[in-house]
Amino acid sequence: MNLSDSRVINADRPTVWSAILDPGVLMACVPGCQEMDGTPEDGFTATVVQKVGPVKATFKGAVTLSEMQAPESVTISGEGKGGAAGFAKGGAKVRLEEQGDQTVLHYDVEAKVGGKLAQLGSRIIDGFAKKMADQFFNNFQDHVGAPPAEDTEPETSDDAPKKGWLKRLVT
Amino acid sequence: MPKDTGIGASPVRREDVRFLTGTGEYTDDIVLAKQTYAVFARSTVAHGTIKSIDTSAAEGMPGVLAVFTGEDFVEVGGNPAGWLINSRNGEPMKEPKRPVLAHGKVRHVGDAYAAVIAETIEQARDAVEAIEADIDELPAVVDMNDALSGSNFVHDEIETNQCFDWGWIEDNRDATDNAIKNAHHVTTLELVNNRLVPNAMEPRASIGSYKASTGEYTLHTTSQNPHLTRLLISAFVLGIPENMLTVIAPDVGGGFGSKIYHYGEEALVLAAAKKLGRPVKWTADRTESFLTDAHGRDHVTKIELALDKEGNFLAFRTDTKANVGAYLSNFSTATPTFLHGTLMAGNYTVPLVYVNVKAVFTNTAPVDAYRGAGRPEATYSLERVIDKAARELRMDPIELRRKNFIKPDQYPYASAAGLEYDAGNYDALMDKMEEVADVAGFEARRKQSEANGLMRGFGVNAYIEACGIAPSNLVGVLGSRVGLYDAATVRVNATGNLSVMVGAHSHGQGHETAFPQVVAEMLGIDPAVIDIVHGDTSKIPFGMGTYGSRSLAVCGSAVVRATEKIINKAKKIAGHMLEASDQDITLENGVFSVAGTDKSVTFGEVALKAYIPHEYPLEDIEPGLEETAFYDPANFTYPSGAYACEVEVDPETGKVRVDRMCAVDDFGNVINPMIVTGQVHGGLAQGIGQALVENTSYDENGQLLSASYMDYTMPRADDMPMFHVDHSQGTPCTHNPLGVKGCGEAGAIGSPPTVVNAVIDALQSGGTNVTHIDMPVTPARVWDAMQNAKSEEA
Repeated sequence: MNLSDSRVINADRPTVWSAILDPGVLMACVPGCQEMDGTPEDGFTATVVQKVGPVKATFKGAVTLSEMQAPESVTISGEGKGGAAGFAKGGAKVRLEEQGDQTVLHYDVEAKVGGKLAQLGSRIIDGFAKKMADQFFNNFQDHVGAPPAEDTEPETSDDAPKKGWLKRLVT
Repeated sequence: MPKDTGIGASPVRREDVRFLTGTGEYTDDIVLAKQTYAVFARSTVAHGTIKSIDTSAAEGMPGVLAVFTGEDFVEVGGNPAGWLINSRNGEPMKEPKRPVLAHGKVRHVGDAYAAVIAETIEQARDAVEAIEADIDELPAVVDMNDALSGSNFVHDEIETNQCFDWGWIEDNRDATDNAIKNAHHVTTLELVNNRLVPNAMEPRASIGSYKASTGEYTLHTTSQNPHLTRLLISAFVLGIPENMLTVIAPDVGGGFGSKIYHYGEEALVLAAAKKLGRPVKWTADRTESFLTDAHGRDHVTKIELALDKEGNFLAFRTDTKANVGAYLSNFSTATPTFLHGTLMAGNYTVPLVYVNVKAVFTNTAPVDAYRGAGRPEATYSLERVIDKAARELRMDPIELRRKNFIKPDQYPYASAAGLEYDAGNYDALMDKMEEVADVAGFEARRKQSEANGLMRGFGVNAYIEACGIAPSNLVGVLGSRVGLYDAATVRVNATGNLSVMVGAHSHGQGHETAFPQVVAEMLGIDPAVIDIVHGDTSKIPFGMGTYGSRSLAVCGSAVVRATEKIINKAKKIAGHMLEASDQDITLENGVFSVAGTDKSVTFGEVALKAYIPHEYPLEDIEPGLEETAFYDPANFTYPSGAYACEVEVDPETGKVRVDRMCAVDDFGNVINPMIVTGQVHGGLAQGIGQALVENTSYDENGQLLSASYMDYTMPRADDMPMFHVDHSQGTPCTHNPLGVKGCGEAGAIGSPPTVVNAVIDALQSGGTNVTHIDMPVTPARVWDAMQNAKSEEA
């Protein structure tokens, strides 16, 4: 499965660069992430709970960073083992491009799944991966970036979950 | 005896009472005292090196009694291939060891590398998750061409992925090549016989138990052949003496071939039971069934048919790659060779056949016999290329087949592929098919379909298969490591009822109803007093089990022979009771009479006398009335048939609907027509499933993508038309006492090419020049083929 796209992050390149190397930021942004430890030099360990179609599992994984060229590009590789649910592994090449005050984050993801995830989830894995990426970057944007200029919604705090439309109407 | 219960009658199946009321007893229903549960740790990668397996955390989990890995079975034997195939160059096939649990490497997704035994199944499952296996993933070998050309080996020790390169008949190779080179016309077709998952309704299950006081083992297991399983475990895998191992296959919910074979789980539960001193049960879940039951088919074939100007067949030549998966399952080497290559002359007087089969190891589940086993692959190749030839030569497909049929006066007929057909009448089958299928009315139906915006096609097929396996002397020469006879004991009890112990195992075939019909007919008694005992090695003398449509032809013949012995002895007892020579005793309607007198005794009176031998000539006749016979067939039996199918194809979506399906089969004499019809129905459904919807899909990493019913499409009732089944044109088998042939696989052999031929005919009639679509003929494939044909024309 391959996934290539780019996102505009409303922050300058050094800010984005340091954020993608920060386990605290990653933990906040990776959907379903329960734990994230480590350093860019030694790699990260992570625990992620996710549900892919009918398969729900806790994935314990290791993430390594290579080909690091601050503040421009990095290759992130990882493998998560979900026990009976199987495994997911892959890599992402990330490249940051300055665009005024903003940063364009290009990513090129290659992933493969095995075990029950492949057996039960293969039809939905592409859609799942796209959804995961979207969620990650939405979170990342929320976490790192200043609100986009066209966004007239009041900003929500970093840690609080996004408010529903009803809540927003009454606050 | 009422005539509606003997041979040729259709009493309802007595076993159905328990099956339909939910009172059958399957392996998983059996609960033994102090039973424990096994769960297997299975590889999630298709190919990998096992660097370490740390079981310490799992061993400390609640309820865990033991954890096994491949290390525990290094000293025991491997699960062998039952058939030795030699390559064209004379070299024996490659036989890498198939261990109880993977050791050193894992070789397919689902390959078991460890097992946990615990007090409950949930505890065992939790503990499996705690096993730390360090497995280094290796690139997977999935595609057969990559497997043959690359240097990435499934089994490093054999340094190749080719199991064998088999030629049949090697002496005909040059002549076949020349015939094809010089022929007026050669039709060539490349096709895939799609891999299938057997999908028995009941998953595999096994319970091992061990009695320390006597050293006796018992294995309850989902087997089509408990004696064969015992033999394999005793002689090859665990070395348990046969007389210390009882194998019981109780009610079994379908097999279709997948439960012929011995699997590692059976050995594991036995070894674990001994270690723990407690019974150990394992029941597969559906995913395990998909991952580890032996799959079927998976051939890639190029076939060529050479014809002269008049349409006479001159030669068939095929080049096939057969996937055997990661390990050799017990019959995996016989299926693509002697159950396939020997059928490549079909029903035809073709003088030359040459078959080349390369068997290929890949990082996929083992592949073995599945309903039809080699014969569906042969029939599909032949009947598709013949259909293509008819179209190329602008000949009627029925006429082209008839032109080349072996004629009724040519039997026994030595086929160009090495078999001797004993009886048949293919023209009579085709005549009957044309009548039953209403071929004459086809054009009117086609017009009606066209008026509805649909393309209607007609497909035909003529098949022959070799079943009732098999003559031991012949298969011994061909490489079989077992004999393929069967055995039966007829025990007449003192009170006149009978227990008939048979080596065939019934798991859907209706033996409990059909075998009594045979014995009842011979003895002239009510079949209701006859009980069939099967599936327990401690109760039945021996048996090679049920597969290859052999139960009635082989085991039924043993039942006949044993019953004949009963009659001979009973006549002696009756002769004594009636003070006459046994030569003068006749048996009719269950009564022994002295010919030409009114003196008689009933069968029941004779039975009682045998067990209460007062005033009995003990010097001449032993007490008791029990006889055993072993029967080894003189030849295969050769069912044949003419099938017709009509489909409608929707040109907008490519969706195929089977509208009519007609199967006219020659099964020789028929014991229970209702059961035979049911067997044909089941075979047709599986064949139509293969043709239209079923497919097993591995990705390039060896991950099984179709491992659940969300992705593996099973045929459903609404995929099926009403079936028109006829077996009125039987030519009795000449060499078994009942004159019967096998009927269990025919439907799955005859139907796939019939359906695909009909689809091609529909597309051609609709003006698109599509000459072939690989199975399953899904809407997407049909639509693609139509678009490609259109763009080629444009």
